[in-house]
Amino acid sequence: MTETFDIRDLATDRRSLLQRFGAAAIGISFGGALSACGETPEEAVKIASTGEEPNLNFYNWDTYIGDTTLADFKAASGTAVQMSFFANNDELFAKLRGGNPGYDVIVPSDDAVVRLSKSGLLEPLDQSLIPNFKNIAPEFRDVPFDPKRVYSMPYTWLVMGIGYRKSKVKPAPDSWKVIFDSDQYKGRIALVSEAGDLFRLYARYLGKSVNDLTPDLIKQIEPMLLKQKPNIKAFHEDNGQDLLLSKEVDLVLEYNGDMAQAMKEDDDLGFIIPKEGSQLNADNLAIPKGAKHPKNAHAFINYLLSAEAGKHITETILYPTPNDAAKALMPKEYRDNPVIFPPKDVLARCEYGTFNETLQPLYEEAFTRVRAA
Amino acid sequence: MESWRLHKRLFAGVAAAPVFWLLFFFVVPLGIVWLYSFGRNTGLTSVEFSGTFSNYLRAVEPLYLQIFGKSVLVAALTTVLCLIIGFPVALAIVFAPERWRPVMLVLVMLPFWTNLLIRTYALIAVLRTEGYANSAMGWLWGGASGLKVLVGLEPLSAWEPFELLYNNFAVIVGLVYVHLPFMVLPIYAALDRMDKSLIEASLDLGAGHWRTINQIVVPLAAAGIWSGIVITFIPALGAYLTPDLLGGTDSQMIANVIERQFKRANDWPFGAALSFILMYAMFISIAIQSMRTRPPAPS
Repeated sequence: MTETFDIRDLATDRRSLLQRFGAAAIGISFGGALSACGETPEEAVKIASTGEEPNLNFYNWDTYIGDTTLADFKAASGTAVQMSFFANNDELFAKLRGGNPGYDVIVPSDDAVVRLSKSGLLEPLDQSLIPNFKNIAPEFRDVPFDPKRVYSMPYTWLVMGIGYRKSKVKPAPDSWKVIFDSDQYKGRIALVSEAGDLFRLYARYLGKSVNDLTPDLIKQIEPMLLKQKPNIKAFHEDNGQDLLLSKEVDLVLEYNGDMAQAMKEDDDLGFIIPKEGSQLNADNLAIPKGAKHPKNAHAFINYLLSAEAGKHITETILYPTPNDAAKALMPKEYRDNPVIFPPKDVLARCEYGTFNETLQPLYEEAFTRVRAA
Repeated sequence: MESWRLHKRLFAGVAAAPVFWLLFFFVVPLGIVWLYSFGRNTGLTSVEFSGTFSNYLRAVEPLYLQIFGKSVLVAALTTVLCLIIGFPVALAIVFAPERWRPVMLVLVMLPFWTNLLIRTYALIAVLRTEGYANSAMGWLWGGASGLKVLVGLEPLSAWEPFELLYNNFAVIVGLVYVHLPFMVLPIYAALDRMDKSLIEASLDLGAGHWRTINQIVVPLAAAGIWSGIVITFIPALGAYLTPDLLGGTDSQMIANVIERQFKRANDWPFGAALSFILMYAMFISIAIQSMRTRPPAPS
């Protein structure tokens, strides 16, 4: 018997049951909180200008928004934003795969936008409701992972490179070789634990595009990783900058935004993008299918793309912003920081990794083999 | 106490909620995952339930068997260490003065009140190269060196911090630390029920302390020791956070592989098969344990 069933159908039932229970529990706790605050019921039912109830559920990465952004948005629109956090795109996908549990705005990375939109889990955006799109730099308005920005709006972008401790790593690295294919800094290196990123960057080291990966190339890279493994101290969960700051290692594979934050705390840290080129990533704002407050979601996305809000967010998270209007409001030290905004010729050697669902299990299996060996 | 048969309606009323809970939040979701393990990915979010055994076949490939084997070894080592540390602790609590016992029990249980993630991060702060463990040892080393200079000897060589974090040692330390209460509490409960006059009798009749523990205390506490072993071993076998955060490049355990199948690889059927192999193993170990603790049939 071959019967195809769709997880979404199956899980929606289960989920809606769970949701009802969850809603009951939340209702109780909210009721308690409201009466404790002495808030009047009139305030609680105030209607936002979108005509929807003034609520929005925002599913974001941790430490990825301005300190006052949500409060500012509430003051401007009357809509209260409840924010919860995910740790990686896989968690985001796993949450949405079984039916939207109630999120209105999510922040998927470039490959996750493809994965989610291919799975029919994203709502196409109504660009007429997002006039602030005009603030976005031209190179982010039409991107390979979301042509014409049908499903997503740019939030930040990132590029992977090598973060290092200047006093310990001399001369400054200029190639992936130092962390991918050399025992010069044995035991002082931490790489990311994201198998796909590792294989794509190894491909780049071998002079190929990050999108040239094939099962054969994976087979070729696996022994290289295995050979390098004794020189690597840990595969980190995107906290490489902490390992550098605590002097656990001297070289990490990290994102420029994370390194820019760490370099504010420690002068002895440096960051370079290797000469072979690297992988670009972009985080984006999107609306998942089944969002309960789509109009609020559009209003919120439009607000986040405004120059002022973009500036506040950027001040807090220090990531490169694709928002030209917000960037113009930022101080010179940010705009001219070569870590945050690498020179154009360096960026020209970087590219987005395309989501490839057939390769992902192969990366994982090869990486599992490397770790088990 | 009256038999439940006399008050069927009352019994049904009391049992309905837990049975409902067990059914809908345990049996049904688990059953769905079990079905996945016989399925096949047909798209990004759809699984075809084809009744295939290919996931199980893949799960018993040498690569994954080796990881299962390693996980069992790590869990077994954790259990043995917990037993070696936990048994004397339980014994000490049982024989402590009456008024100290509640305090000591609370101290054993105290870590449960803190989230596992926070405890693991605290261990990172202790174990890392510039962490508390290394700085304490470095301080002692410096002190020893200073003392040597004071009495006119050559100072010690410069302090080299130990690599305590991001290796298998750190994983074992983390697992023992987290699971110790699971071992101490059941052993304590068993020892507490023991008739202490038996120990006195043993000592009076000429057995030494070691022999008394071996031949009197351990057999009497056997049920507690076995449950301690099982409830330490099973969660340690499925440990996921500890190897992820404290482990090095080769510290992955089977739960980490399962997590990556569900998330990054997006291969739910294979992840489900791996989890169920782990589950079958646990059922078997629980079955063995319950057979061991079953009172011997009257002959």
